[in-house]
Parts: sequence; structure tokens; C-alpha cells
Amino acid sequence: MTTSTLAGVAVERDAEGFLADPSLWSEAMATEIAREEGVELTPRHWEVVRFMRHAYETTGAGPNVRLLAKTSGVSVRELYALFPRGPAKTAAKIAGIPKPHGCI
Amino acid sequence: MRRILILGTGTGGTPVANRLRRALAPDDASIVCVDRDDDHLYQPGLLYVPFGRRTLPSLTRSRRAQLHHGVDFVLGEVDAVDLEGRAVRLADGTSLDYDYLVVAAGASLAPDETEGLTGPGWMERVFTFYSAEGAAALADAFAAFNGGRLVVAVLDTLIKCPVAPLEFTFLAEDALRRRGVRDHVEITYVTPLDGAFTQPIASARLGGLLAERGVELVSSFPTASVDGAAGRIESYDGRRVAFDLAVVVPAHDGPGFVTRSPGLGDALGFIPVDESTLQLPGHPEVFALGDATGLSTSKAGSVAHFESEVVVENLVATFDGRPPLARFDGHTNCFLELGHGEALLIDFNRDVEPLPGHYPGPVGLPLLAPSRLDHLGKLAFESLYWHALLPGHSIPGVASPMPTRGKRLSMLRHPAYAGGPT
Repeated sequence: MTTSTLAGVAVERDAEGFLADPSLWSEAMATEIAREEGVELTPRHWEVVRFMRHAYETTGAGPNVRLLAKTSGVSVRELYALFPRGPAKTAAKIAGIPKPHGCI
Repeated sequence: MRRILILGTGTGGTPVANRLRRALAPDDASIVCVDRDDDHLYQPGLLYVPFGRRTLPSLTRSRRAQLHHGVDFVLGEVDAVDLEGRAVRLADGTSLDYDYLVVAAGASLAPDETEGLTGPGWMERVFTFYSAEGAAALADAFAAFNGGRLVVAVLDTLIKCPVAPLEFTFLAEDALRRRGVRDHVEITYVTPLDGAFTQPIASARLGGLLAERGVELVSSFPTASVDGAAGRIESYDGRRVAFDLAVVVPAHDGPGFVTRSPGLGDALGFIPVDESTLQLPGHPEVFALGDATGLSTSKAGSVAHFESEVVVENLVATFDGRPPLARFDGHTNCFLELGHGEALLIDFNRDVEPLPGHYPGPVGLPLLAPSRLDHLGKLAFESLYWHALLPGHSIPGVASPMPTRGKRLSMLRHPAYAGGPT
């Protein structure tokens, strides 16, 4: 765990950069995390990020990429175009939630 | 009299049924198992079928015959589970009420999830040994394969027995070498993971073994499509790998009936039980184990086996009105065939990744190192499976909590290790 400042708030993050406490997350932090990941958030990215956030808040876990595609309606191919470094993992990190099961 | 309904009679459901039958008096509980056929396949044996070392009939026995006297067996396809009504509807319209439900219905292969996979070339030059038919069909193709590019490709991260594609690769390399054609074959291992395996120490060792055998490793490759006619697979980021013979592990889904049962599981059919008690949140009378769960644990026979002990303990406690105190730690134990008459054993749980040492204690089978003894252990396990694991007998030294004795725990402080037990 390391402490860093995101959108003016001191937060703990694990070795891969996931937030230790998802409740501290804000949309301003999402923009900063996305930039670290080389992603400039478009409205379509935001749809996926908010979907991840909602899935985590309702089920306690973020979906892996196939489950994300099946439940969000965004195809796996488009998800990879939006988040080339691994859609579920990157979107989860940006959404401030833990890494989904079955992610690399 | 209360009824316990068990859906699925494989590596998880069978020992649960048999242990419950011994734990609960016949006057107190009836135990009913449902399965779609009466063929219990020893799935680890499918690995040997492509090499002509085993045949399907020798790996298959009656499901019913593995269940103790006093366990009822119903042949039928499950249509859906009604959690609120506590009933399971079968495809023929029969409804079975339950007081306790155990879902142990396994995972199913979803080859249609990968673009092109079941198109031209499927079962001709593109195969999987993860199904009985696939393994048998591959045996003919592999026997006739004496030169060209062999690609072993893992198409998703959530698969059964994540070591099996590595084992297939090692055994194929060995078989081609014995046949005298190894020099005419290029072997490539393609995986969506960033290395040969998920966990750092094991991944480094297994990656080293692939390199020693002259196998090219293509990692971080999320497969988008398989083109059997053109002989190539392509990733989402546009990379391509060409093949003459492809052996793939398709994506997996949970049992089909889960997606037809509101509240039971996710859209892929996996059941999100509590990782420690194996109960469905909000439904303490519902348990799931084995490949059908949505847990982060590997989908492996050993996991189903270790979980079966926890399910039985917690179900009996719930049955008796006591709190469910048994906890599953994520214990996984896998023998990995390496060819050359050797195998390698890995043993780990949620907190402790596979480490070198010995299992189950300082005097035991070598861990994470090529060993003749581990190969013999893998072969001997098949008999234990039918005669001890399925009947629900304890196997000395093999139990649900992961042993730490015998393991080089100091390696968890190795610089290569990023995380660590919490």
C-alpha cells in the first residue's frame, strides 16, 4: 500500500494502483486515474465506469470483461477499444473499486 | 423429515451427498441428487486422451453407483431454481421441494463466445480437450501431426483447471520428441495472462520450463477471434498467431439453469456464494461449491473436494440450528504433468501463493519442482478419487485447510513477490 494524493484527497492504493477504500472515490479522482492509465475519458468511457461502480455497489464486486459485456451491452471488442490495457481491470481501477475476479 | 437437494453429482456433489448421508439420520433427512446423465467422467483423465494413453470408457463410471445407499438419484435436466418457493423445476415439469439446496452443477464450455471458433476448421484443425468429444477427436488429429505449427491457446481467464493447458503443452512436446518429429514442430503457448501462470513464483518457474522445452510463450494475448480456415488467431489489439493445429481452452459459463433462476447467480451463470461459508448471501439454506461458484478460487477438482468438507460441516450446523463455523481458505492442490515421466505439485490458498517445499509436511511430495514422485502421485490419485474422495472418506494428509508446514514461507518476502498475505 502506498499513499498518494488524488483530486486533492490523500488515499491508500495497492501495488497495482487500486483504491484501498472505494468509498473515498470521486469522479474527479476517476479522471486522474484514467490519465495515469493513458485513457482520456469520453462519455462512452464514463458509461462503462459508472456501470462498474453501480455493479460494485449492488453486488459487492465488479464484473470481469465477459460479464461486463453481457450486462452493460457494450461488446467485448468495443470494451477493448475503450480500455486497451484490459477493460474490466482498467475500468474498475478508474471506478475506484477492487480488481474483478478473473482479471489479469 | 427435511429434504436436502443436491444439483450435480461430480467431484463436489458426490462427496457432499455421501458425507451428509453418514452425518444425518435417515429419519431426519432425505438426500436427493439430480443429474442429467449417469456418466461420471474422471475429468483429469481427459488430458491423456489426445495422446492415446487413455480412452473415454476407462475414465467413466456410473454416477448412481458412486452414491451411498440411502441417497436418491433423479435423472433429469434442471430448468430453474425458485429460491423463494424453495423448489427446483426440472425440464420434464417435475417440481422438487427442498429445505436445503446444494448447487454443484459445474461449469460448461462456451466456445460460441469466441468469434469464429466453432466456424470452419472446428474439430478439424481447431480442437479442445476440455470435452470428451473434443479430446477423442484431437487424439486422431494429433496422431497424424508430424510437422508444422502447434498452438495451445487459452481463450479466457476464468477456466477450469488453469494448469491443464500447460500440462497438455508439456505432454505434447514430449510425445512429438518420442515420435522423432519434434524438430519439425514449432510449439507456441498463447495466454491472456502476463506470464505462464497467474502467481509470480509459479509463473516464473513454469515459464522457465516452457523455455527449456523450446516452447514460445505469447502472453497478455486476449483472443478476439479464431480463424480455422486461415489458421490464425487474433487478439483484441490486433496481434496474430498462425497455426496448423490449434488446441484451445474455450471460455466457460456456469450451469445454464442459473441464468434462468432469479437471484441465484450472475449473467454468466456463476453463483456468488460467501467465499468462507459457501452459503448464498440472504439464503443460508443454499450452498454452492466447485466450478459453478463465482469465487476467485481456481476452478479445480481439489477445490471442489476441499469445499465439500466445508459445505457438509456448515449444512449440518445449519440443519441443527447452530451457526456455520467452517471456513474455506481457498486451498487448491494441483499435480502438473511435465512429460519425461515427471510432474510438479503446487499447493496454495487465497493468501499463500504456490511455494517450493514439500506437501503435506516437511516429509512429503516435492512442491514446485519437477519430480518423478509427483508424476506417480498424479497417477495414483485416480484410484483415491474413486475409492476415497467420492465416497467422502478422509485421505491422510489431504484436508480442507492448506498446510503451511513444509513450505518455504520465507519466499513470500522475495523481491519478485508484489503482494503478500494480509
